Amino acid sequence: MADKRVIVVGGGLAGLAATVRITESGLPVDLFSVVPVKRSHSVCAQGGINACNEVARQQGYSEYEHFDETIYGGDFLADQPPVFEMTHFAPKIIDLLDRMGVPFNRTPEGFRDLRLFGGSLYKRTHFAGATTGQQLLYALDEQVRRREDEGRVTKYEHWEFLRPIIEGQGDQARCVGIVAQDLRTMQIRAFRAEAVVMATGGCGLVFGKSTNSIVCTGAAAARCYRHGVWYANGEFIQVHPTAIPGADKCRLMSESARGEGGRVWVPRRQSDTRHPNDIPAGERWYFLEEKYPKYGNLVPRDIATREIFKVCMDGMGVGGGNQVYLDLTHLPASTLHKLDGILEIYSKFVGDDPHKVPMKIFPAVHYSMGGLWTRHVPKADHRGLEPGNPGQMMTNIGGLYAFGEVNFAYHGANRLGANALLSCIFDGLFCGQSVANFVRDNAPTGATPQALLDAAVADESARQDRLIRGPEGGGSDPNDNAYLIAREMGEEMTAASTVVKTAARLQQALTKIAALKARYARLRLDDTAMWTNQSLAFARATGDMLLLAESILLTGLARKESRGSHYREDFPDRNDADFLRTSVSKFDAAGGTHQLSYQEVDTALVKPRVRNYGKVESTAKSAAPARQPALT
Amino acid sequence: MNNGTPTASKPRSAARSITVRIKRCDGPGKPARFESFKVPVEPGANIISVLQWIAAHPTTDGGQRTTPPVWDSGCLEEVCGACTMVINGKVRQSCSALIDDLAPAEGDTITLEPMTKFPVMRDLMVDRSRLFHNLRRVKAWVPIDGTYNQGSGPRESPEKQEVRYTLSTCMSCGCCLEACPQFTPEPDPAAWNTSFIGAHAISQARLFNLHDTGKELATQRLDALSGPGGVSDCGNAQNCVKVCPKKIPLTESIAAMGRAVTLHGVKRFFGVKD
Ligand SMILES: Cc1cc2nc3c(=O)[nH]c(=O)nc-3n(C[C@H](O)[C@H](O)[C@H](O)COP(=O)(O)OP(=O)(O)OC[C@H]3O[C@@H](n4cnc5c(N)ncnc54)[C@H](O)[C@@H]3O)c2cc1C
Ligand code: SF4
Ligand code: SF4
Ligand code: FES
Repeated sequence: MADKRVIVVGGGLAGLAATVRITESGLPVDLFSVVPVKRSHSVCAQGGINACNEVARQQGYSEYEHFDETIYGGDFLADQPPVFEMTHFAPKIIDLLDRMGVPFNRTPEGFRDLRLFGGSLYKRTHFAGATTGQQLLYALDEQVRRREDEGRVTKYEHWEFLRPIIEGQGDQARCVGIVAQDLRTMQIRAFRAEAVVMATGGCGLVFGKSTNSIVCTGAAAARCYRHGVWYANGEFIQVHPTAIPGADKCRLMSESARGEGGRVWVPRRQSDTRHPNDIPAGERWYFLEEKYPKYGNLVPRDIATREIFKVCMDGMGVGGGNQVYLDLTHLPASTLHKLDGILEIYSKFVGDDPHKVPMKIFPAVHYSMGGLWTRHVPKADHRGLEPGNPGQMMTNIGGLYAFGEVNFAYHGANRLGANALLSCIFDGLFCGQSVANFVRDNAPTGATPQALLDAAVADESARQDRLIRGPEGGGSDPNDNAYLIAREMGEEMTAASTVVKTAARLQQALTKIAALKARYARLRLDDTAMWTNQSLAFARATGDMLLLAESILLTGLARKESRGSHYREDFPDRNDADFLRTSVSKFDAAGGTHQLSYQEVDTALVKPRVRNYGKVESTAKSAAPARQPALT
Repeated sequence: MNNGTPTASKPRSAARSITVRIKRCDGPGKPARFESFKVPVEPGANIISVLQWIAAHPTTDGGQRTTPPVWDSGCLEEVCGACTMVINGKVRQSCSALIDDLAPAEGDTITLEPMTKFPVMRDLMVDRSRLFHNLRRVKAWVPIDGTYNQGSGPRESPEKQEVRYTLSTCMSCGCCLEACPQFTPEPDPAAWNTSFIGAHAISQARLFNLHDTGKELATQRLDALSGPGGVSDCGNAQNCVKVCPKKIPLTESIAAMGRAVTLHGVKRFFGVKD
């Protein structure tokens, strides 16, 4: 396959796993990332990675059970064949990571230790302390460094993807390369490839403060969308129940804190001013345990978040504010040691010692279930995907793939904890093979006219010049800038389109986004230097985030039902008849409009059922149950 | 259910402002200068939130309009290693540097400078390519056969896992190199292979030599650490271990690799295999 190349954009878990698999098939890879890949957002993941294992299996768990939990957790919105394949492939991924040297926690006999996670009654989460994502990312980063050393990978770190280059239209459209910018020299240039993998992660920054890294703008996905790639289920944004709010971001307190036995509570008496340690057990309202006796603190995130949110809105939050306790103080030192990574974050940023006092937490935007639309090719019986088929996780553009958090494929309307790392690596390894096969089966892109590439570069240069020079005919506001616009967008999106949504509030947010877009059109940059110009890169991303924000609001407005993370107060029930469908947005560049359509969900294997995780009634005033539920 | 804005309560503490002095530089080879900004601080503010405020309000305390400062960051929770800088003369992560600790009183001043051991790209942002290059020098990876399914990896005791895990939390932040008297700036990549490799990569060599499959490359790692710029260049000043934010036992790693290199040299002298 001489001269043929693949571009991977993004060096988080998905991009690195793809790079490893694609180079293994003999193709050279050009790997692009705005940050050195070792600093990608995946490094933040704390709790772990799910897979069926021998211990759980002998207790009655199976890959099929993992599949069923994921579908149920996602409120039946995920197409089932990809989830089936992923959950059945999962044990192989753990074995491979183990061979790569990931320091998974061990049992006394030296086997891999396991912990409990949300949405499951079995221990099936593998972990390395409370910094699992960091450890997995490093293992893959090391394998990619090895291939870099062998000359099979060329890294373009501190390079930013600006757009895909697409030849032909409709069914004939094929991605032939990308336009990217060197963030030091600010040079913009085109790169040719036979296939391009987008692995650019989530879009937390659209909501301002989230648990995500500062680079998770979603701009790369928005740029694909702008150029004709479809975007699916954008309205499904996961708000994680337990984070610590900060001035610059919300820091996650991983679900593993509850998986290891942490308990969520508030005082039963409103505005109880006693120190938490002085409040006796009977006067604490363990509302998750009381409402969900079976799953307790480990109900899925959408549910835990709504419960915490409701408790606070009803004035029952700690000190009457927006916070509840996440209590680990009753756990033995050996258990807490496994959580050191996050306990350090808490004491460093809040100043209290979570070994001694309960942590104060509140929900925060965390993950995007939605993302670039991708196709999949099921096996004839729908039990999994056809291995190696070039169609796996390819977008609607030939040769353009989307892997990891940036696609929409595995988590339906709500992702289960510790399934994201799995889906990222699964995409890279399983669908990476599809990329290699696509390149093998298709003509090289050498015949693409240079003029097409040049035009794409010219287009991006013009976009940049417009930001530097300001609007045609002047009229920019010297006191406005992209940082201010992005901040207002984040506040508005968090207020309108996260835990509780209504038609009226979403409409209001659309008006606000339109006003921000108008301000954006008049921007002029303070910094016009053609060297390491960060504010230029941020301003450009802000324009792309506004586009994504608008699309998220529109799809949320159109989905008149409640499902998983998408809760419409004006349509509180799930409506399978009308909305057991994937929402697909297509951007019409000529008219600047978003076109929304729906696609059937493949539910061939598990029929949708009621999803309430065994909820029962409980109020702060109901009597405390005699004992803690068995699970926690 | 009540519809409201899910923003969390903020801890109470009085609004105040501080002065932030930033060492600025427009690019490699350009002169450096200081600029000061008067910044209102929110409770819980850190250096990053202060820099974000300055970027949105880029006017110096003298009323001069300027460009937003440039800095490096990622995770904002001290796990990615991006945001290292010199804060009040001490190298550390800026995301975990809280204003209430650094400048507790109204009007206090904080000084921000880029690291000095790496070339400055612009303002507070430096180019740490050499640090990643040094990971290649010691082949910091496990040489697996391939990614196709071959069963699990070697079993491991919890004690050994604990040692490897600690070493493996190194986030390539560069604090240990900034603090090390033996690690000096080297702008020329051609000279990197023979200049002092530093505590960070020495410790990573130890990490991979500890792994059952990783140690297949032990000889090559020890060769790399035996030559010029290897472990013997360490002057044992121990500055590195004092500044490591991940509390990695760097001096232990240096001692362990020092012994291994000596043994390796003796064996090589007598033509014995490791
Ligand atoms: C705090 C936290 C904890 C989590 N814990 C867990 C957990 O315990 N278990 C679990 O399963 N999941 C967890 N998740 C979710 C999981 O970490 C993410 O979904 C996953 O890491 C995403 O990986 P990725 O490879 O898709 O993208 P990322 O790791 O986000 O990587 C994106 C890559 O794309 C690059 N990039 C982006 N834009 C551009 C551009 N324009 N040009 C060039 N490059 C670009 C970036 O530089 C980066 O290399 C957690 C998430 C958070 C926020
Ligand atoms: S002990 Fe060695 S590596 Fe550490 S600071 Fe001193 S000279 Fe540098
Ligand atoms: S050893 Fe410590 S100080 Fe050095 S790079 Fe690693 S984490 Fe940073
Ligand atoms: S931003 Fe990642 S360590 Fe500070």
